[in-house]
Amino acid sequence: MSDTSAWVIFIAAIFTNNILLTNFLGMCSFIACSGQIKTSLGLGTAVTFVMVMTTMLNYVIYHFVLVPYGLGHLQFIVFIAVIAAFVQLVEMFVERFSPKLYFALGIFLPLITVNCAILGASLFMIIREYTFVQSVGFGLGAGIGWAVAILMLAGLRQKMRYSHVPKAFEGVPIAMIVTGVLAMAFMGFAGMVSIQ
Amino acid sequence: MIYLLSIVSFAGLVVALAAGLMVAERFLVTYGICKLDINAGEKPLEVDGGQTLLACLYANDIFIPSACGGKGTCGHCKITVTSGGGPILPTETPLLTRKEIRSGVRLACQVKVREDIYVRIPSDLLNVKMFTSTVESSVTLTYDIKEITLRLEEPAQINQRPGQYVQVQAPSPEGPVFRAYSISSPAHEPNIVQLVVRLVPGGIGSTYLHNVEPGDTVNFTGPYGEFWLNEDPLVEIVCVGGGCGMAPMANIIYTLYEKWPDRVCWLFFGCRTTKDVFYLKEFEELAKKHKNLHVVYALSDTLEEGETWDGETGFIHLSVDKYLEAGVRRQAFLCGPPLMIEAVTRVLEEKGTEDIFYDEF
Repeated sequence: MSDTSAWVIFIAAIFTNNILLTNFLGMCSFIACSGQIKTSLGLGTAVTFVMVMTTMLNYVIYHFVLVPYGLGHLQFIVFIAVIAAFVQLVEMFVERFSPKLYFALGIFLPLITVNCAILGASLFMIIREYTFVQSVGFGLGAGIGWAVAILMLAGLRQKMRYSHVPKAFEGVPIAMIVTGVLAMAFMGFAGMVSIQ
Repeated sequence: MIYLLSIVSFAGLVVALAAGLMVAERFLVTYGICKLDINAGEKPLEVDGGQTLLACLYANDIFIPSACGGKGTCGHCKITVTSGGGPILPTETPLLTRKEIRSGVRLACQVKVREDIYVRIPSDLLNVKMFTSTVESSVTLTYDIKEITLRLEEPAQINQRPGQYVQVQAPSPEGPVFRAYSISSPAHEPNIVQLVVRLVPGGIGSTYLHNVEPGDTVNFTGPYGEFWLNEDPLVEIVCVGGGCGMAPMANIIYTLYEKWPDRVCWLFFGCRTTKDVFYLKEFEELAKKHKNLHVVYALSDTLEEGETWDGETGFIHLSVDKYLEAGVRRQAFLCGPPLMIEAVTRVLEEKGTEDIFYDEF
């Protein structure tokens, strides 16, 4: 059980332990959907929301269902099922009550199901033995961190559209290199706060 | 014990999640009764919200063409939504042109009815019906082409024009699918529908139709298609077909000579080898009765040893170029592979023919 405050975990999850730039989770949609700032903002918001909600749900299921019955080994498959079902529910909810947001997010909403950062956040929460409040802080921080990272890449890629990228590096290669530079820049935060 | 417990608890969790989703769906994905208005009040309908537009239309016996069964892959179910369809979806954009997007064309299988919706459907499509028929005969024309004659049961008559097609319902592992086939029987025989079907290896529709036997029941919707035969008897008709693109030609020619026995008509048909030739005798018989029907068959491959052929050789557009004189008013109907259509269109345009209709496959 770590005794770091939820607030510190929240800040650390955004900067020092950014789930994307230090753990490299959720890379596929990060690269695929970072063409425009607008779509990446939508995706980032959706990921943040789903991440907070699923860490909470998974915390409850893990500690009140799986652990008491000695079923800790089922965590992977159970978490995946919970995430998939939750994304479906969110999709229906958004479609019903905010068609505008639904159409703005479009295909990205169902895509969140297979975003490994979401599963990663739930698993980190278990490995690092967070309490419920810490999990919420971590989930929120990790989600915002992911959104910040994809927004930064989207902004850079939008700028790069007008620059002369060498032929061999056009498209995904330059995005990977930029991601690497971003990750190195984020290492500068490393000493600030640390979480395990 | 631990295995059993694992399986039971995981299964329990999944069932609980699924049940929760179903309950949520019950309460969330209902939009009540929505108004579905077709062609500005021509056919006002009331439908349950939450379904796709295609499902609503089929439930109300409006059969707009759809080959893929609502998966959004064939792009046949295009209709114009004037209001209430919501913004265009990413699943639709690949199948629509920019012009279509601007004028509000949507894929009916992707649009969900969430509110009162106003659509425009060509009146031709409103006349489309679902037909039940029995197979009267199945005749082998060549090694891979069969002629299937269907006798209509319910409704007993079809009101079709030459050049139109029907969509035959064929069973597939994922539920029934529809495949389009041109009608080869003439319009003045409304009790039957004849199809010319080439067996496509692995094809769902052609495999099904090649295996039906006389007496079997076949369901189809139709007629579809926007071709109108030119009613001016002085305009010559040019039919150019390739492969198995013969069905619409047979319909056009027989309908034409029923109505105008002296009208000028050219039939060009391209085959690879003598094995692919069919209907030649029938058309030559017809040409004896009607002096103005000219039948030209051409083989594109070289003859095998021992074969004789007194028709044309080479690709069909060469024959078109050779026989047709420039400057005559003509209407052309082409049916065949894209490359043939491209080549023939070029030749016809050089000859001054503007009115060209084609059916690509």
